[in-house]
Amino acid sequence: MNIILFLMLASLVVAALFLGGFIWAVRAGQFEDTGTPPLRILGEDDPTPAAKLPFPVTNQEN
Amino acid sequence: MKIETFKYDNRIVRAFAIATIIWGLVGMCAGLLAAVQLFWPAANLNLQFVSFGRLRPLHTNAVIFAFVGNGMFMGIYYSLQRLCKARMFSDKLSWINFWGWNAIIVAAAITLPLGLTTSKEYAELEWPIDIAIALIWVAFTVNLLGTIIRRREKHLYVAIWFYIATALTVAVLHIVNSMEMPAGPFKSYSMYAGVQDALVQWWYGHNAVAFFLTTPYLGLMYYFLPKAANRPVFSYRLSIIHFWALIFIYIWAGPHHLLYTALPDWAQSLGMVFSLMLIAPSWGGMLNGLLTLRGAWDKVRQDPMLKFMVVAVTAYGMATLEGPMLAIKSVNSLSHYTDWTIAHVHTGALGWNGFLTFSMLYYLFPRLYRTQLYSVKLANWHFWLGLLGIMFYVIPMYCSGLTQGLMWKQFTKDGFLQYPNFLETVLQIVPLYRLRAIGGSLYILGTIMCAYNLYRTAKGGSFEPDTEAQAAAIADDAGAPKEKGHRWLESKPILLTVLAVVAIAIGGVVEMVPMFLIKNNVPTISSVKPYTPLEVLGRDLYIREGCVGCHSQMIRPLRSETERYGEYSKAGEFVFDHPFLWGSKRTGPDLHRVGGKYPDAWHYKHMEDPRSTSPGSIMPQYTWLLTQKLDTNALPARLSALRKIGVPYPAGFENGPAQADLAAQAAKVVANLRIGSVSNAPPDSEIIGLIAYLQRLGTDIKSAPKAAAPALSSNPSPKS
Repeated sequence: MNIILFLMLASLVVAALFLGGFIWAVRAGQFEDTGTPPLRILGEDDPTPAAKLPFPVTNQEN
Repeated sequence: MKIETFKYDNRIVRAFAIATIIWGLVGMCAGLLAAVQLFWPAANLNLQFVSFGRLRPLHTNAVIFAFVGNGMFMGIYYSLQRLCKARMFSDKLSWINFWGWNAIIVAAAITLPLGLTTSKEYAELEWPIDIAIALIWVAFTVNLLGTIIRRREKHLYVAIWFYIATALTVAVLHIVNSMEMPAGPFKSYSMYAGVQDALVQWWYGHNAVAFFLTTPYLGLMYYFLPKAANRPVFSYRLSIIHFWALIFIYIWAGPHHLLYTALPDWAQSLGMVFSLMLIAPSWGGMLNGLLTLRGAWDKVRQDPMLKFMVVAVTAYGMATLEGPMLAIKSVNSLSHYTDWTIAHVHTGALGWNGFLTFSMLYYLFPRLYRTQLYSVKLANWHFWLGLLGIMFYVIPMYCSGLTQGLMWKQFTKDGFLQYPNFLETVLQIVPLYRLRAIGGSLYILGTIMCAYNLYRTAKGGSFEPDTEAQAAAIADDAGAPKEKGHRWLESKPILLTVLAVVAIAIGGVVEMVPMFLIKNNVPTISSVKPYTPLEVLGRDLYIREGCVGCHSQMIRPLRSETERYGEYSKAGEFVFDHPFLWGSKRTGPDLHRVGGKYPDAWHYKHMEDPRSTSPGSIMPQYTWLLTQKLDTNALPARLSALRKIGVPYPAGFENGPAQADLAAQAAKVVANLRIGSVSNAPPDSEIIGLIAYLQRLGTDIKSAPKAAAPALSSNPSPKS
């Protein structure tokens, strides 16, 4: 059952990549601000606003 | 600070979106046809290309890799550009990704009905296609990482992390599980054998669910749900914890697919414990999604896109609670091999992946076409039909799984099996199969409405191929010593490092695996011998016809199983099984000890018309096996490929002795058939090989040789 060792090795390589990513993210300050990123993604991908709001509701009662 | 102007690529998003809808319909229709065949076997029109065994992998591949795969690329290509404030790294790579991926799907749609399959679940495609998948995946990964490196937004939004994990892990999984020895242009044997192959396969299989069906879609949820609700995610901190906890735990849970098998006990327990731990991050993510809508539930009432999203996230929660429960050994002993598993995966596939994909489509089309959705009413109809479809699918499958699982285990008070005839437990659940097909039909009907609605939306709008955007480049505030290390990491070297590690890992895999395997192929049970040439070809037919989709070859050490099927399966019996054929579903009975159980003529008649020997059976007819000629020309390539991966056929065996051995064994089978009053069997037909293989199954360890199966030709003597 050497294959177990091999799979653990492969899994550990993946885990090591994840760990590297995590350490980088923490050191790069990616997680220091958890307030603005979720706000930043809102309402900014339509920089040329259409005359009407593009989607939500058509002509339903509100 | 310099403001840069750039354009988001919408063409690629539209291409993936259209592919998603088309392949979604194809995959679902394949599923419906397969479902119908389970209560009406004649629905395959006696065409080998659409018989259940070949159709099932077509269905699973189409919905996983074609529908969800294209849906994933669609969502990633749309959201990544906007999250990074950058166009995709390379338009060329984007289109290589699109055309390459869809060419692979076309190749799958051609090869699987032809019976060209490795038989490993969700990795059925043969080796040339496997290579193509690896190349296209690299193109996607480079495009993804390149875009991230060229981003104009320093912070990597949590969705991007999910995308990165997907790209890296799927590459590793695919390569490790696809190690196979070619034995022809579209035929190969897994490098691993038996229990090792099983472990690799389910390490892959489980993580494919984790990193192909879950992590990318979670990333998409974290983008599209807040966007549609126009509110920030409930807790960004929780989303970060969700991500890191999930990916660190997920990769260890694979062995829960092999509970009570020949896998070492500690590995089973490890898989079970990690699976249970997964509840925490999974539910953290689900709650984070649902709570994002707090105070915005009025929008859910109005916006069909959000309705789909809410059901998708709820289905994710249900499936990720159920999954760990099913990974508990005692629960698994009941649920495994039954329709419970089918119910479980369809909660995930129809609810989580399907509804989230529809949600994204309804979000994207109006935006890509700068218009409003053609009909909100139609989308609402789609929602309710789809939801009803899920219910009509999943609930009958739960009932079916529980019913059959309990019937298999039921003993009389005298200690005998209450339902010793497997067929009895099948007939009991056939009505539920009918209900399931109704559920599937409703779901497809909804999808057709969706396609029509989106088509009319596109017609009514004007497509915007590029969306212009502006953003400042990432501020390069040089000087601060604290930032120095980070800036170094953030520029290109990080990409190089990651790619280098992946390259090293792949190189290591390629070099080490064959070495491990040859050493491991020493038989641990001396009476277990390699398959004879005729049996090898018969086994390849078993693989071609997808028998493994309905018949397991793994008897668990539970009394209800040993009473029904015989001695439980042992790891040492599978050392020459490239690939393993343990299966994961018993629509029909286990076949590991079927060798010698019935006369050859019974198998012949059973294959010709299963209902002639087993009234009410839902197995398809295999009349083509009776007329098609066994391809003995393929034998030398197959035997030498098997020898290369450690099966001890003597040198030169394939150049003559093998054919003589094959002819001798075939003659014996024909003689046995004549005894059973089947006199018209051509000795060179495929059925002869399949019978030889079936009669060999599980007989090697039977202690008294005279009690064994009808005499077969002698095995090739191993070099020893």
